[in-house]
Amino acid sequence: MLAKGRSMQELLVVSGLRKVYEGQGRRVEAVRDLTFTVAAGELVCLVGPSGCGKTTLLKCVGGLLAPTAGEVSLAGSPVSGPPPGMAFVFQEYGRSLFPWMRVRENVGLPLKQKGLSKQRRRELIADALESVGLSDAAGAYPWQLSGGMQQRVAIARALAYEPDVLLMDEPFAAVDAQTRADLEDLVRGLWRQRGITVLFVTHDIDEAVYLGQRVLILSGSPTVVQEQLKVDLPDERDQLHTRVSPRFAELRTHVYEQIQAAKRGEPDGLRKDTPPLH
Amino acid sequence: MRGANTALGTAGLAAFLALGEAVPRLGLVKEQYFPPTSRIAGALRDEFAETAFWTALGDTLTGWALGLAIAVSAGILAGVLISVVPHLREATASTVEFLRPIPSVALIPLAVLLYGTGLRSVLLLVVYAAFWQVLVQVLYGVQDVDPVADETARSYGLGTWARVRHVLWPTALPYVMTGVRLAAAVALILTVTAELVIGAPGLGARIAVAQTSQAVPEMYALIVVTGLLGLLINVGARTVERRALAWHQSVRGEVTV
Amino acid sequence: MSEVPVGRTRPGTWRRVLLRLLYAVALPVLLVVLWWFASDDSTDVYWPPLRTVLKTFPDVWTGERLRGDLRPSLLRLLGGYTVAAVAGVALGTLIGSYRRVRAVCEPVLEFLRAIPPPVLVPVIMLFAGIGDGMKVTVIASGCVWPILLNTVEGVRAVDSVMAETARSYGITGAAGLRALVLPAASPQIFAGLRQALSIGIILMVISEMFAASNGLGFTVVQFQRGFAIPDMWTGILVLGLLGFVLSVVFQLIERRVLGWYHGLRASSRRSP
Repeated sequence: MLAKGRSMQELLVVSGLRKVYEGQGRRVEAVRDLTFTVAAGELVCLVGPSGCGKTTLLKCVGGLLAPTAGEVSLAGSPVSGPPPGMAFVFQEYGRSLFPWMRVRENVGLPLKQKGLSKQRRRELIADALESVGLSDAAGAYPWQLSGGMQQRVAIARALAYEPDVLLMDEPFAAVDAQTRADLEDLVRGLWRQRGITVLFVTHDIDEAVYLGQRVLILSGSPTVVQEQLKVDLPDERDQLHTRVSPRFAELRTHVYEQIQAAKRGEPDGLRKDTPPLH
Repeated sequence: MRGANTALGTAGLAAFLALGEAVPRLGLVKEQYFPPTSRIAGALRDEFAETAFWTALGDTLTGWALGLAIAVSAGILAGVLISVVPHLREATASTVEFLRPIPSVALIPLAVLLYGTGLRSVLLLVVYAAFWQVLVQVLYGVQDVDPVADETARSYGLGTWARVRHVLWPTALPYVMTGVRLAAAVALILTVTAELVIGAPGLGARIAVAQTSQAVPEMYALIVVTGLLGLLINVGARTVERRALAWHQSVRGEVTV
Repeated sequence: MSEVPVGRTRPGTWRRVLLRLLYAVALPVLLVVLWWFASDDSTDVYWPPLRTVLKTFPDVWTGERLRGDLRPSLLRLLGGYTVAAVAGVALGTLIGSYRRVRAVCEPVLEFLRAIPPPVLVPVIMLFAGIGDGMKVTVIASGCVWPILLNTVEGVRAVDSVMAETARSYGITGAAGLRALVLPAASPQIFAGLRQALSIGIILMVISEMFAASNGLGFTVVQFQRGFAIPDMWTGILVLGLLGFVLSVVFQLIERRVLGWYHGLRASSRRSP
């Protein structure tokens, strides 16, 4: 498996990231000082209390926002503006897909921009739609699909783009529980199949532990990394068994406590890089 | 933010006026066709000093207000009637769709023959044009009535009139206000058109006279007045709309008709 | 998809279609019949019997007249409207894309829009004389404002998530305009185009009434001045028909181009 040890190449490096919003005489420090790395092929979940600047962080990583200080670099080169090797999946699927384009065109639009041939585009679109189970919906408009299916289209669009890093900003926060479980398994399956690097932001602790190889716990605003936690669950995970295993319960309890501490603003953050011993 | 926008807007307006001064002065266009801002302003001042101008302004406003009032009352009455009487809506739909796009200026020759240059000529055109704006919005508004609310009212034994007052009217009101705003703008256009083309007394007729007597700065000054009038009507209608609907929780997008 | 039992639905469908047809035709037919009989023994010169008007119609609107009057009118309208659409959308996109430009232009645009377009006729006659150029300019300069202001609104209101999506996939510049900004603004743009169409027809007629040697507006006024009353009535009918036909054509185009928008609205109404 890809995900072992420190010998791996660090693909995404975030160092000393800071973001201050200024306007109308008010200064809001959304992110104070964030440093972490993501190795190639890793699936990292960022979890933190709501309103802790997770989305700001992800947008800085994706080059959609310019950081006030610090740096993000992808494969050794600094990020300024959206880099071609990254794909973004937003929470608001309904507003992220273009309603005037059919599913096929939505998935194909970034590929066209990349300058790929028609033949190659058709292959990538078909392959991406198949891997999210939506081959039949290629000719539909997004608004004709259910919320879960729309988010699948957004994921297919990201997959077809063949990114090095996939950034997902609370992608399943707006779908119902059943769909959400299916989509979680879909993301894990695609990650294991395709070996892409995934940075997954969520406020749901269970989701973070279930999905991630590693969980970064963020503190409340202004944001710092409270703790990095290695998820030592087996790679084969499924909704039924993984979620009831004792280790899963331990990990989620630990993350929960850390987030509660973060909310209270306790300096519990020892920034350990080791799994907790409970 | 707001202050900065106002400053930018004022700067834009100043630049527009300065451009209007500079372009003819530099000889880019002929001065007798496009007088500089200062000369238009001078002509405007002269207009303000004349009683005939104020009479014309009064005539235009009378035509506009009277026409708008008739169109709005007729539009609301017809709209409510069409929606309340069973089957009337389905039966009138095609007729409304046919009559609405007929340009009211097509009636100009008829108006001239029937009423000459009198106020009634103006009213014929204004009412015809503005009526559809109101009617169509009322119909849209009534369509928006929540069937559950209507059923509830029915189940409590409310009569037709009570349902119109308590269910239909409050739902349709935002649409009616939109209709009134659109109708107010259209009514001004048609009032000035009727005066300009038919010669009914008012600002439009004064513009036509200025044109034939080659009084170009006066013509521009009068056009500026009609523009300011239109601006006042637009801003006023929007303010009334917002005031009247402050209680309404949903800020709707405009229905495109 | 379940098979629908054909035998049962057919008569029902037919009845529905028939009923809708009846609803659509009943009132217009009734009105025409009323007009026919009410005016039949009219001796009022201004209200000739409908019978007379309809009898005059084919004599007045011959192929030659259609070529000589309808065609130039339509061409002027088409020319002015096209210029206004292109200029309005282009300028509106530019102004709508930049917050500062918008703040600078807004008051001036509000004022220019508020000027009743027909008063432009005498001004433009100063510059452009009384030829076709004048009419096209008049139509264009009256139609441009609703298109421009609606485009500004539409471009300004492009959804922020859609804009970020496009940016994250590198879809910017011309591609962003084509794939995101213009389609997103198109419902608003069409609302402006629709307002502009009725203004365009008004200006076409008026500019021809002012100064022309052919065209629908000119002809109708000629009939009126010559007291050819039945002929004038046929002219009014033609203008009415023209307005109706153009609005139907516009609706067909709109429904095609904005099919996605109507579908989206219908689907969000079903599940709010």
